[in-house]
Amino acid sequence: MKSENIHSVLKVEDLSIGYTTKKKCSMISEGINFSIHKGELVGLVGTNGIGKSTLLRTLAGMQAPLKGIISINNISLNSYTSLQLANKLSIVLTEAPASKTLSVLELISLGRQPYTNWVGKLSENDKKIIQQALRATEIESLSHRKCFELSDGQLQRVMIARALAQDTPLILLDEPTTHLDMYHRAYILKLLKKLTKETGKTILYSSHEIDLAIQLSDKMLVMTPEKVLYADPESLINQGCFDNLFPKETIHFDREMKRFTLKD
Amino acid sequence: METTKTYQSYFIILVFLLVVSFVLNLSLGSVSIPLKEVFNILFGSETTKSSWQFILLDYRLPKAITAILAGSGLAVSGLLMQTLFRNPLAGPFVLGLSSGASLGVAILILGAGLFGGALGGLLLSSWSLIIASALGSFLVLLAVLSVTFKVKDTMAILIIGLMFGSVTAAVVSVLSYFSEAEQLQQFIFWSFGSLGNVSWEGVILLSLCCFIGIVLSFISVKPLNALLLGENYAKSMGLNMKKTVLLIIIATSLLAGGITAFAGPIAFVGMAVPHLTRQYFKTSNHLILLPAVLISGAILMLLCDTVAQLPFSEYTLPINAITSLLGAPVVIWLIVRKRKLLF
Repeated sequence: MKSENIHSVLKVEDLSIGYTTKKKCSMISEGINFSIHKGELVGLVGTNGIGKSTLLRTLAGMQAPLKGIISINNISLNSYTSLQLANKLSIVLTEAPASKTLSVLELISLGRQPYTNWVGKLSENDKKIIQQALRATEIESLSHRKCFELSDGQLQRVMIARALAQDTPLILLDEPTTHLDMYHRAYILKLLKKLTKETGKTILYSSHEIDLAIQLSDKMLVMTPEKVLYADPESLINQGCFDNLFPKETIHFDREMKRFTLKD
Repeated sequence: METTKTYQSYFIILVFLLVVSFVLNLSLGSVSIPLKEVFNILFGSETTKSSWQFILLDYRLPKAITAILAGSGLAVSGLLMQTLFRNPLAGPFVLGLSSGASLGVAILILGAGLFGGALGGLLLSSWSLIIASALGSFLVLLAVLSVTFKVKDTMAILIIGLMFGSVTAAVVSVLSYFSEAEQLQQFIFWSFGSLGNVSWEGVILLSLCCFIGIVLSFISVKPLNALLLGENYAKSMGLNMKKTVLLIIIATSLLAGGITAFAGPIAFVGMAVPHLTRQYFKTSNHLILLPAVLISGAILMLLCDTVAQLPFSEYTLPINAITSLLGAPVVIWLIVRKRKLLF
């Protein structure tokens, strides 16, 4: 039990997520419990509108939880200042960067902001980390391009490189494979896998690529209307939790093949 | 923020252009003063005509300095607005800041009539003009911003800015309708925009406003760069959004409000200069853009003012008309050439 606590990078206990407005509070999901260890790649799956983005936003501290405790490195999320949190956690969102004229190098170097001085001057060390991020995502040749010149797949790699440049033990990605072709979806997820193995970073990503996520993730978070399950893909399959994920009339989960197939 | 090249040569050219347009602005006007004499007077040497000395030191020099301050200040506030609202259309004029400043001044000038005589005169000092105008633009910006927190769509925010602009314009119309001809004339002349009516005392006040505004802008360089990624990313990198927004608002209202108080509402400089500068510098890094926009704004304003003087004639055109006449075609040309206005 004790050793588990030491290595737990992200721990969530009895979490309820949703939105509160003046009049009412609308619960999206409740009773979420999981603990992600160092160096793990975790895939978050579930149908549209089930609350994957809300969960990620809550974990990133962008919105308050309705109930429960989130801790990063065994310290409660609330007790971090925003700058301290920027040292622990970086994000890749579905939204494109606001400015399209940023060059790739400029964009990635913004990831160093939590560490730079008041005008954002980059030290030699900062530049070294930026180069490492470029290399890890294989975009060295793009470094002088502007964002509007990039394809969706290239832009996604740039956004991941920015998160890498922020040099945090934990990275959260909201649907990094959306809008990408089959090759790039596989490429991005394999890249995430490689990063967890080589750099020891902990990565939590949401995706609709359940087949790929089963093959690549160390653990998976499956959100269903009833509950949120957390385990390794193999035991989730054996529990039959993918069987009822979607209406069976159209697609069903093939336990042998470990993937969804069309129902004819 | 790592930029890919050095910009020294660009800045040397800009500073050179600034000096040239400054001297040009000083020597041209209804009375043409030879360049040599301009230098003589500026550096305190003997001059052949004392009237030239008077024209240069008491009229053209404060006017040129006002032009520099107004051009730089408006351009910087445009840059801040475009990044804060993440929209290429933003600028002090479009977002209703200038109209807000107008409202402040209108209430002051047109309202002063109600108090009459001595009190009216007291109300119309430079200080009260600046305060009224900065307060006007501050309130409009605050109103636009409070809506921003509810409405996330930047296009909607611009439309709301325009609406605020037209509401303040309407209030100004109502005020004008009920005011005396004398006050109305004073207000209308103010609204044409003029760089020439600023005394040395006013120039010092305006410099103070612009100085604080520009210092606050430089303090905001890093947050402004973070905002290029959008609000969510900026926050995730540890940015204190409330403090940043407040700093930018104060800087913009001091710049736009102060300048509008002295020189009247001046269109297009705030929106066009940041775009022109981005075109040539090809960077989004505010550490480079901010000084570049500062100098370019000054150059553009000096040139506009030189044209407005209609050299060798006794007429002076309203500066507001000239900036629009020159600015609008430039913006149209930019968009048509690039087929899009990327921010």
